[in-house]
Amino acid sequence: MSESDPTPTLRIEQREGADILVLPPRLDAEQVAASWGLLAAKGRRWRVDASRLVSSDGAGLAFLWSLQKKNGADISGLNSSMLALLAPFDALALEPEARPPGRESVFVIVGRLGAGFFSDLSDQIAFVGRFFSMLGACLLRPRLVRWNDMWLTAQQAGVNALLVAGIVSFLTGMIMAFQSAVPLKQFGVDIFVVNLVALALLRELGPIMTAVVLAGRSGSAFAAEIGTMKVNEEVNALETMGLDPMRFLVVPRVLAGFIVTPALTIYANVLGVAGGFVVMMTQGFPFAALWNQLVSAVGVTDVMTGVIKSFVFGLLVAGVGCLRGLQTGTGASAVGKSTTSAVVSGIFLIVVTDAIFAAVFYVLKW
Amino acid sequence: MVTGDPIIQVRGLTAAYGDSIILEGLNFEIRRGEVFVILGGSGCGKSTLLKHLIGLIPPAAGEILIDGRDFGSATGRERARILEMFGVTYQSGALFGSLTLSENITLALEEFTDLPAAARELVARMKLALVGLEQFGGHFPSEVSGGMQKRAAIARAMALDPLVLFLDEPSAGLDPVTSAGLDDLIRTLNRTLGVTFVIVSHELPSIYAVADRVIMLDQSTKGIIAEGAPDFLRDHDTNPFVHAFFHREPGEGAR
Repeated sequence: MSESDPTPTLRIEQREGADILVLPPRLDAEQVAASWGLLAAKGRRWRVDASRLVSSDGAGLAFLWSLQKKNGADISGLNSSMLALLAPFDALALEPEARPPGRESVFVIVGRLGAGFFSDLSDQIAFVGRFFSMLGACLLRPRLVRWNDMWLTAQQAGVNALLVAGIVSFLTGMIMAFQSAVPLKQFGVDIFVVNLVALALLRELGPIMTAVVLAGRSGSAFAAEIGTMKVNEEVNALETMGLDPMRFLVVPRVLAGFIVTPALTIYANVLGVAGGFVVMMTQGFPFAALWNQLVSAVGVTDVMTGVIKSFVFGLLVAGVGCLRGLQTGTGASAVGKSTTSAVVSGIFLIVVTDAIFAAVFYVLKW
Repeated sequence: MVTGDPIIQVRGLTAAYGDSIILEGLNFEIRRGEVFVILGGSGCGKSTLLKHLIGLIPPAAGEILIDGRDFGSATGRERARILEMFGVTYQSGALFGSLTLSENITLALEEFTDLPAAARELVARMKLALVGLEQFGGHFPSEVSGGMQKRAAIARAMALDPLVLFLDEPSAGLDPVTSAGLDDLIRTLNRTLGVTFVIVSHELPSIYAVADRVIMLDQSTKGIIAEGAPDFLRDHDTNPFVHAFFHREPGEGAR
């Protein structure tokens, strides 16, 4: 060993027939990484010469502490500043915290999922109850509604969605017309493409696609806005100011969704049918023929079933967005979670409700 | 301004999140017109206790009486009447991000009073002036510094001239001058208007400056380990943690 060693490292020396661990002037993470294995030697108590050691980083201290406490090593020559650095850890066990076992029994997992489902369900029922009681109060005293917030939300959820909802719907109409024109032409009934496109759009696709667009654009936005307010304690602040978050945050948004969705749906229906017409006109059908076919194919109930559904979809998407926002836990990741959950629950509710509507309309022969 | 009769009485309060008990069997009262400070090391449940006092979390056991009425069982109008007595500021400020500082204050006035808009705005500007922010009424919370947000939150809490003001760590993150100004403000409001203050804090200088009485919470016993005037506790309390806290000694402090 020489003092001029360019990068002095930890080494083992033979002195008086015993292995001695000689620590370098500076014990850092690099050297500790290379030497950590020495600690694992079972039943071997090291003799350590620390007389050259003058500085150490966190890893070096961990190595020294392990030598001292785990290995029971006999460390000689530690200088006073090193002793002072080690002092705060002298009396501590520093054992890793006992974690619950990583694998849980399948019963626990199923039980927890079940309990989670029912508590979520009861939250939703409580939320619906509180919402409607507040809505009732607001209808009796319209002054309670924050109309400015409502119109602002309606603008963001509705007017600003015109472009995307319009394009989606127009293209869907075109695609359906293209796809169905070929097989129907084989039977010489390609004028019935109009029936197909119009009925599918008005009764099903128009309301559903509009609601999905709303879930993606606005349901998620509601959850993120309210969720962030929750994380920042703004919702708590409202509550302690005696201002009901249900009235302040939820009612304006849900009312906006309720008003905007049917309007968007009608607009999307018109554009979807127009998309179909454009395709058919390129196939040589005159507008008048298409229009006559449309008028004869579509009844008032077809338009109304779609619009009725869209009222309910608007209510559900906006409501579940607000609910997920209010359910937000703490931390930034909680906002992301509730946003995702708002979209997923929104789309799920749309499809389930649509199935129920389909059954009801079938029974009613609408 | 301490008149002696209690405005808040806490009896056998146990605070818990699910199965984990934070505080157990707390008994104390806050008197009308006093500046009452809740002390304790980090994580001992100070903010949790505050949230119970303002009714955000229902007690797991025990009761909280506000002006003799049980807060836990109060619903609807009675609860609203209790909340009207309160002004609260949160650690983060919790200003409404979509409203300007001035609108944050006028919101409550708009909801609870019939004042015309001009009067509401003037009241808001005066409340902001109390905390030195009269120039910033038109700014949004995101456009001012953290300390300013905190002061604006105090101005908002005072909007309806509450009987009791709850402040959660009001001077944390403020520079010493602003912090001393805040202490002055607390003292002035307390002396002139008789506002009762309930403050969560661990800033010793500000505690000595404003507190009439303090309680100190402790994580290991989940209860109150000291109660009294801060000067008295500093000089006479024998509990090692209390002693270490008031004399800023390391070691015991980190419990």
